[in-house]
This record gives sequence, C-alpha cells and structure tokens, in this order.
Amino acid sequence: MRHLLRRTGFYLVALWASITLNFLIPRLAPGNPAQALIARFQGRIRPEALHALEIEFGISNQSLWVQYLQYLNNLAHGNLGISITYFPTPVATVIAQDLPWTLALVGISVLISFVLGTLLGIFIAWRHGSALDSVFPPFLVFFSAIPYFWLALLALYTLGFTLNWFPLNGGYDISLAPDWSPAFILSAIQHGILPALTIVASSIAGWMLGMRNTMITTLSEDYVLMAEAKGLPDQRVMFNYAARNAILPNITGFALALGFVVGGALLTEIVFSYPGIGFALLQAVQNSDYALLQGLFLIIAVAVLGANFLSDMVNAALDPRVRQERG
Amino acid sequence: MNAPISTTDTYAAPTPGASTFATSRPQNRLRTLWSAIGTNPKVLFGLSTVVLFFLVALFGPLFVRTDPNAFSSDILSPPSAAHWLGTTQTGQDIFAQLIYGTRVSILSGLATGLLVTILSVTIGISSGYLGGFVDDVLSLFINVFLVLPALPLAIVLAAYFPFKGPLTVSLVITVTSWAWGARVLRAQTMSMSRREFVYAARAGGESGLRIIFFEILPNEIAVVAAGFVGTVIFVILAEAGLEFLGLGNPTVVSWGTMFYWAQNNDALLLGAWWWFLPPGLCIAGLGAALAFINFGIDELANPRLRNEGRRLRSLQRKKALA
Repeated sequence: MRHLLRRTGFYLVALWASITLNFLIPRLAPGNPAQALIARFQGRIRPEALHALEIEFGISNQSLWVQYLQYLNNLAHGNLGISITYFPTPVATVIAQDLPWTLALVGISVLISFVLGTLLGIFIAWRHGSALDSVFPPFLVFFSAIPYFWLALLALYTLGFTLNWFPLNGGYDISLAPDWSPAFILSAIQHGILPALTIVASSIAGWMLGMRNTMITTLSEDYVLMAEAKGLPDQRVMFNYAARNAILPNITGFALALGFVVGGALLTEIVFSYPGIGFALLQAVQNSDYALLQGLFLIIAVAVLGANFLSDMVNAALDPRVRQERG
Repeated sequence: MNAPISTTDTYAAPTPGASTFATSRPQNRLRTLWSAIGTNPKVLFGLSTVVLFFLVALFGPLFVRTDPNAFSSDILSPPSAAHWLGTTQTGQDIFAQLIYGTRVSILSGLATGLLVTILSVTIGISSGYLGGFVDDVLSLFINVFLVLPALPLAIVLAAYFPFKGPLTVSLVITVTSWAWGARVLRAQTMSMSRREFVYAARAGGESGLRIIFFEILPNEIAVVAAGFVGTVIFVILAEAGLEFLGLGNPTVVSWGTMFYWAQNNDALLLGAWWWFLPPGLCIAGLGAALAFINFGIDELANPRLRNEGRRLRSLQRKKALA
C-alpha cells in the first residue's frame, strides 16, 4: 500500500513537471516564436481571436505567475486553446478526432508485435546455440538499426507504389464518408495494413531479444533442470517453467509500450499521411501552430505517464519482490 | 587488498605506494578485454565496420572533391560512371553528398553521444554516491525525465528553437535522452559504494572526487561503454528522424537532410531509389555495427548469453536424463 502511494505521488510530480514544461517552453524560447506568429496573423484574423492568441502564448503584461494560474485553470476546464491549422476548431476537438485513428492503428500493431516477438523469443531461447539462434538475433539486430522512416518509405515504394498492393496515403478512401458502413471499415483496414506491417517489423526485434535473453537466464535455473529430470513434456517445461518466469520484463515493457501507442508512431503517421496524433504534430510544427503543438504534447505525456504507472502496478502485482523491497 | 596486487605481478614497474592499486587494474582489464574482442566475431565485425565509417568521415572528403551542394545539368540521373550513386533533382552528386554527410552525421552522433554520456555519468554517479537529500532530488529529476516522452519533446523543443542546425538537434537530443543512462549508473554506484574497497579508500582519507573517478568509475566502465554505444545508435537514428522531419538545417549536408530533400522532392514517386537508398543503408550499417559491439559487451558481462551456456546445459541435460 505504501508502495502504491509513493508511486502515485511520483507520477503526480511528473505530471506537474510535464504541464509546467509545456507552459514554460514557448515562453522561455529565445526569439519569442509567439510574437512572430502573431505578427504573421495580424490583420488576417479577427481581433478577438488575435487577443485569444496573445493570452494563449503569454504576450500579456501580467506576471508569469498569473499566466501560469490562468493556464492551469484553462487546462482544468479542458480548454487547450484554438488551432491555427484548422482554424477555428478548438485543439481539444482536433485531438478527439485524431486520437481514435492512432489508438486503433498503433494499438493493434503493438499487440501483434508483442505476442509474435515474445513467442519467437521463447522458441529461439529454447533452441539456444542452434543454427536458428545464431542466425536470427544478428539479423534482427541489423533490422532494428534501420531508421524506421526509411523502412516505411521502402515498404511504401515497393508494396504501395511499384506493386500497387496498398494505398499510398491517408487513413481511408476520401471518397467515402467516415461512418460505420462496411465499405468505410474495409477501406480503413486496407489503409492500415501497410503502416501496421512496418510498425510490427521495426519493433518485433526488441521483444524477441528481450525475451530470449531473460529466458536463457531462467533456462539455466535449477528448477528447469528439475522439471526436465521429472520427465515433464518439453512444451510444459518451456512455457510453464521457463517462459513464465522470464516474461516479467516483457510484460512491463508491454505496459510501457502502450503509453507510446499515443505518441510513439509519429514517424509512421507522417510517412503514410495517416490522420492521427503524429501527423497532427507535424502539421502543428510546420504551421507554427503552437496551441495544437502544446495540446498534443500534453496528451502524449499524459498517456506515457499513465502507461508507466500501469507498468509499475502490474510489476508490483506480478512480482512480490518489488512490493517487499520498496514496500 | 593483497589479491589484486598479486594478479599484477607479471606487469613491470609498479609504482610504489597506493597508486599501484589504482593504475594496474585498468591495464589488466584492458588486456582481457582486448583478447575477448579478438575472439568474438560479432564485436570484431562491429568494430571494423565502425572504423571503416570513421575513415570515410575523416578522409573521404579529401578524396571526393565534388561539391555536394553544386547543381549540375545531370538531373535525376541513375548511377553511372560519372555519378557513382546518381544525382538529385537539382543535379547534385549523391555520392559526394553521402561522403560529406558521413562526416557530419558521425561527428554529431559521436559528439552528442559523448555529451549525453557525460551528463548521465555525472548525475548518475553523484546521485548514487552522495545519497541522502541530493539523491532524493536527483533521482526524482532522473525519473521525471525518464517518463517524459523523448521524441515528441524533442520535436516540440526543436520547433521552438529559432535557429536550426546540427547543434540545435544535438542539444535537443541531449536534453531528452540522458536520463536512462543516469538511472542505470545510479543503481550501479549505489551497490558499488557499499563495497569494501570503497570503505578502504575512504578510511585511507581519499577525497570524494578521487573515490568517484579512480575507485568507482573504473569499475563501471563496461556499463558506461555499453551506454555510450547504445546512446550513439539512438542519437544517429534520432538525428536522422528530426532532420527528416525538416527540424534540422536543410542546407547542411547530412544523412538526415538527404532524406529530407529526397522526401520533399518525391524521390519515391519519381522512382529515384538511388536517392533514398544510400543514406538509409549507411545508417543501418553503422547502427548494426554499433549494436554488434553492444551485443559483444553484453556477452562479456553476462557469460550465460554466450553459446558455451548451451553446451553446458545440454551436458547437464544428458546427465540428468541418464
């Protein structure tokens, strides 16, 4: 229980830190990007919108503390400001629109990658020293050193452009209205396969190597030898004795990866022009849309913090040693 | 205290006094490390590839005199004798860009990796060694930076910076990626500072700085080295990613900006594979080579990961079944 309280306290501090960073970065940035932005919009948008922008970026005579309190108050009311890219849509609406796309695409890909990679790691560790084990890991090491966006571009070029198997960009066929009709869902799946494939291909090595390395350590434990000596079937030794004790780091990693579902696939979405959080972040950067940029960063930070908290809890629940040590 | 000295008997000229202890040990370790590297094919492969890249970065631009930014009338031509890797849409020679880009990318990758390592070593070791209130504050700091999402934060920071270029990218990456190494080193240092040789050094009246740099740090050199290599991989990938997004200075030729221009000129849709293939292969090759070095360091540090473990296990198994 004390462990739980301590961790909760820590994550509250981390949350406060990311909110404060989000508030401070635009205000402390050299050259004042906000001022430049407002100069750009002078005369192009309504005066009250301009004034809203000024408040947003702290171009006011009030002290930093007052601005900070205003900012916190706005946040508490879910007011993230107004996007310039999609003017005059509020940032919160833009995020609400983009979030489901990211969650579906990256969530499913991360799950597939985790399950496949972990299983592969178990089998490779079981055959430690075999030809399979000496070929697979180095190959995957090379694979994981490939810049992700490059891999994605190559996949897009060969599978999408040359072979014409998959659509080249977007999250759905834009001639269809976004609803729950079978035609639209089919089109969304079609557009999602290639990005999902590239995410799985680029992340599977990490799961596999992690599982392999811990599994090899557990395989040399006495209780595994004992299980073999008892004449238990290989499968039972492999899954119930060795893998069960080796999977903890991977499960913790999985909980962490869930946090990166929201913000971790920035490059995927950018390469495939997928209508999610990452693509919106690039749009925000390119259009100097600081309100949207801040809102997106906040959402990503909250997701990552939440996932870290979850992974801590899972770890404490599954591993009694964690509870005792820090308890 | 006697044991380490006896292992150094074979080495000549031990300086008198306490310094024997501190100076001879790293030498000894370096020798074992060297022989281990020689027998590990993964490390050997990784090291030689990295050295090759280094040579290209250092001397390549001396041999390739073509200006990587010079336009020419050979627009978007595929690889030929005149242009080994073809040309861009404005007729720039891609081979020259690759060679000059290697220099920028490797140099900033290593410099940033070094900066990150220094920061994480300083904060991690101080936090672990000093303990108490300092440790509470520093480890909170470390943990907060650890859970902040690195790539989005880097993008946000880079977007707000008024001047773009390798220096900005390197600073942004340093700020967002030092925490992991600091956490590992803090844990290592905490266990290390309870060992007997540290107590002995303290009893001998050595200063805190001396204990940190001459007693504790040499014992953590494998962790620091693995962290450095891992960081360089991460930095090179992150730099390429940020530059690909247009957050670097597009006029400085590097692997990342080559991608940026290739992407912005639709190299893919024009079928100009020679434009985006080379920088990617270079990054992948360098990254893999560094990863192999780390693989080897892992195997040195954890003997169970080596293949002998398997042989032993199958032996045990045969015994158990017999």
